[in-house]
Amino acid sequence: MNERPPALEMRGITKRFPGVLANDDITFDVRAGEIHALLGENGAGKTTLMNILYGLVSPDTGEVLVDGTPVTIRDPSNAIAQGIGMVHQHFMLVPVLTVAENVILGQELLRGPFLDLPQAARRIRELATQLGFDVDPDVRIEQLPVGQQQRVEILKAIYRGARILVLDEPTAVLTPQETVEVFTVLRRLQADGAAIVFISHKLEEVLAIADRITVIRRGKVVGTRRPSETSDVDLAVMMVGREVLLRVDRGKSHPGDVVLKTEGLRVKDDRGHEAVRGVDLEVRAGEILGIAGVAGNGQDELVDALVGLRRPAGGKVLLGGAEITGAPTRRIRDLGVAHVPGDRQRFGLVLPYPVEDNLVLTSFDEPPFATGPLNLLRNDAAIDEWSERLIKEFDIRTPSRDVRAATLSGGNQQKIIVAREFRGANRLVILDQPTRGLDVGSIEFIHRRAIEKRDAGTAILLTSADLDEVLELSDRIAVMFRGHIVAIFDAAVAERDRIGLLMAKGGAAAA
Amino acid sequence: MIVVDFVVYLFTVLPDLLPIILGLATPLALGALCGVINERAGVVNIGIEGIMLWSAFNGYLAGFALHDTIGAGPSLALGIATAVLTGAVLGLLHAWLTVTVRADQIIAGTMMNIAAFGITGYLNRLIITPSGRGGAGVLGVLHLPPEVIGLPAVGPIIRMFFEQGPIAMSVVFFVIAIQLLLFRSRWGLRTRAVGEHPKAADTLGIDVFKQRYLNVVLGCAFAGLAGAYLTLESTGSFQNGMTGGRGFIALAAMIFGRWTPVGAFLGALMFGTATALGVVVNIRVPEGDLGQILKSIPTFWYAALPYLVTIVILAGVVGRSIPPAADGVPYEKEGRA
Ligand SMILES: Nc1ncnc2c1ncn2[C@@H]1O[C@H](COP(=O)(O)OP(=O)(O)OP(=O)(O)O)[C@@H](O)[C@H]1O
Ligand SMILES: [Mg+2]
Repeated sequence: MNERPPALEMRGITKRFPGVLANDDITFDVRAGEIHALLGENGAGKTTLMNILYGLVSPDTGEVLVDGTPVTIRDPSNAIAQGIGMVHQHFMLVPVLTVAENVILGQELLRGPFLDLPQAARRIRELATQLGFDVDPDVRIEQLPVGQQQRVEILKAIYRGARILVLDEPTAVLTPQETVEVFTVLRRLQADGAAIVFISHKLEEVLAIADRITVIRRGKVVGTRRPSETSDVDLAVMMVGREVLLRVDRGKSHPGDVVLKTEGLRVKDDRGHEAVRGVDLEVRAGEILGIAGVAGNGQDELVDALVGLRRPAGGKVLLGGAEITGAPTRRIRDLGVAHVPGDRQRFGLVLPYPVEDNLVLTSFDEPPFATGPLNLLRNDAAIDEWSERLIKEFDIRTPSRDVRAATLSGGNQQKIIVAREFRGANRLVILDQPTRGLDVGSIEFIHRRAIEKRDAGTAILLTSADLDEVLELSDRIAVMFRGHIVAIFDAAVAERDRIGLLMAKGGAAAA
Repeated sequence: MIVVDFVVYLFTVLPDLLPIILGLATPLALGALCGVINERAGVVNIGIEGIMLWSAFNGYLAGFALHDTIGAGPSLALGIATAVLTGAVLGLLHAWLTVTVRADQIIAGTMMNIAAFGITGYLNRLIITPSGRGGAGVLGVLHLPPEVIGLPAVGPIIRMFFEQGPIAMSVVFFVIAIQLLLFRSRWGLRTRAVGEHPKAADTLGIDVFKQRYLNVVLGCAFAGLAGAYLTLESTGSFQNGMTGGRGFIALAAMIFGRWTPVGAFLGALMFGTATALGVVVNIRVPEGDLGQILKSIPTFWYAALPYLVTIVILAGVVGRSIPPAADGVPYEKEGRA
């Protein structure tokens, strides 16, 4: 054999967390100049495997080989020394530091006792040019859109001389346009001989970019395929272990009365700029209204205003005809509005709390979860029973109901929120990016649930940066551009290209 | 009218006011530096008060014990070294409790304060009071030539910064040095990263625990120096509980200064000014109505002035200032979020 050993090989990796076998004898390799995709359900163990590679988690058994030589990786500095770089599922950037500071952190360029930031900036510009993008080294991370933060993460790895690059769901938070840009960067790195591990839940992405695809399920490798010899339906079956409907049948909607109505709604963003500039919307009982739009066109502010997290600067919000403009969140919720927030870790969950507490976060103070005089006591039995039921019903993969929500995989964290918010009879459910980072099985599940909810007569407002999701789920589609609703289509006549164009350019209405 | 009188009065007493401000601000500024260096790395330290007190005592004890054997100069120098070392060692204890054991940081700090108060009070009664001997002496003030002091306008300002003892004079140097290091050096970058997003720092191979240990120990050495100032430069003696809340005012100065050394120093100067004013008003009572009014205010109000300013500041008059994101949060490996 004159073939070179793979750039990276992981053999027989096993890792057990309390109550979960996260990795079960996983063997996996990547060659130089290859993009190897890892697929698997939420909680399948992808991140764990990569964290082991990067020295963030220590395996119970198994070994790692770089260029055919066994290496010991105890912490990230060992991994970096071996030329391994990682773009983490949740960004590892310090928001208040600049791009340059984030990139050089840990491998600082010095002049005398001080940081040589000008030289760092030059290096960063150089590297970015090589990779085919532009970045300003002197802006603070918190001022950058996620797409650019993503590139800074890649830069960080390349700056450290990474030849083995792991990207854990790099596209989950990106717009289609940004995804295309990241792919260009990855192809360039691949051409330079980097070995790339690419994790994603989006099957078409994986099929488009990977040379090989390995699927894991419940900690075990199910199989490895080449894109040419498989299909999205195939991969979905491998991942979930059953047939998955990649497109849920929406059926016919039977819209009833108007539940939510906004009139000339104006909302300001954190910096005081008007992000929503006079929006008129109607959502009826028993219909799903989807808002399509590139992230940052006012959807976040619109949703915030509807649920009372942000005071509108003008206009009206009406729920079932009664005005709720600027009402406190609590009151809006009591009126039957549920909300699945876009940023699950910040707004949807209390991460250090147990799963069961997160499941009753919006109802812990009412019977049956509260009992006794003035509902001051906690009814543990009711909470236990309720959370067990939701965990089963929503297939939340957790070792038990009392582990901290923070230890669950990203997708399972999302399921906690969906389970909580979909409970009971709501008048209006607001779904903000409800399936970001979720596996195909969970997406199918949530989509089905949303349609059931609709058919039960609930009004549903959906926002998503994923146009396909909006197209699949919505009965009517509104396109949002720079704070305006520039068009509303009936789903039956909506054309993908037309909407894509409106999302990007706004069309005549915004002129 | 009265207000105008008061402003005029302030200007007339300025030459008396300025030279004492820096001295009064010194323990506050050093304590605030301790706070900045600790909290920027993500460790809350409300035990500064206790560390200051304990260091003041140990420094004094060393100076006091060695004074007759090796003379005033060397004993004072060793006294300072002892105080600084005491601060560092107590810092090591705080770091162990907060970083390794992951104890509640407020409780660890409170424990420090209670322990310092009790132990120094006890040892003071046991060793120093019965000996009946003289103290450890005081660090001298730099004497400026009269031509310099007499300079119009700039004279009092020069006196403010240079007619001082060595510790007070060193404060300005330390403040500038730490400001530069915090924002321009490798140590500073890592400190800020560890205090804002320790996990991100960890993924880049930075040892979060080591960095936090280093910062807590270093910061507390400054609190030790503040203690040395109290016994060896300012009063020349030790009294029980002599820090009198300065460790807490230092924290207020730190918050006022938005966790920057220079800002915290300005905060300390402001508290120093409030204290100095309370002193000067009683010594140089102004004429006329203003004097009547100022005299009619009970003296304890003047003594309370810096504390009142602290309350006002902490109540958020200066606007919400945002602490480092991971301030007070112990770091756990293999944990999420
Ligand atoms: N630090 C931890 N403590 C306890 N359990 C953990 C920890 N990290 C991961 N787990 C568990 O290990 C399993 C695998 O999680 P992992 O994050 O690797 O999944 P994943 O495949 O990356 O999922 P996702 O697609 O949702 O990101 C999950 O059941 C998770 O709850
Ligand atoms: Mg993951």
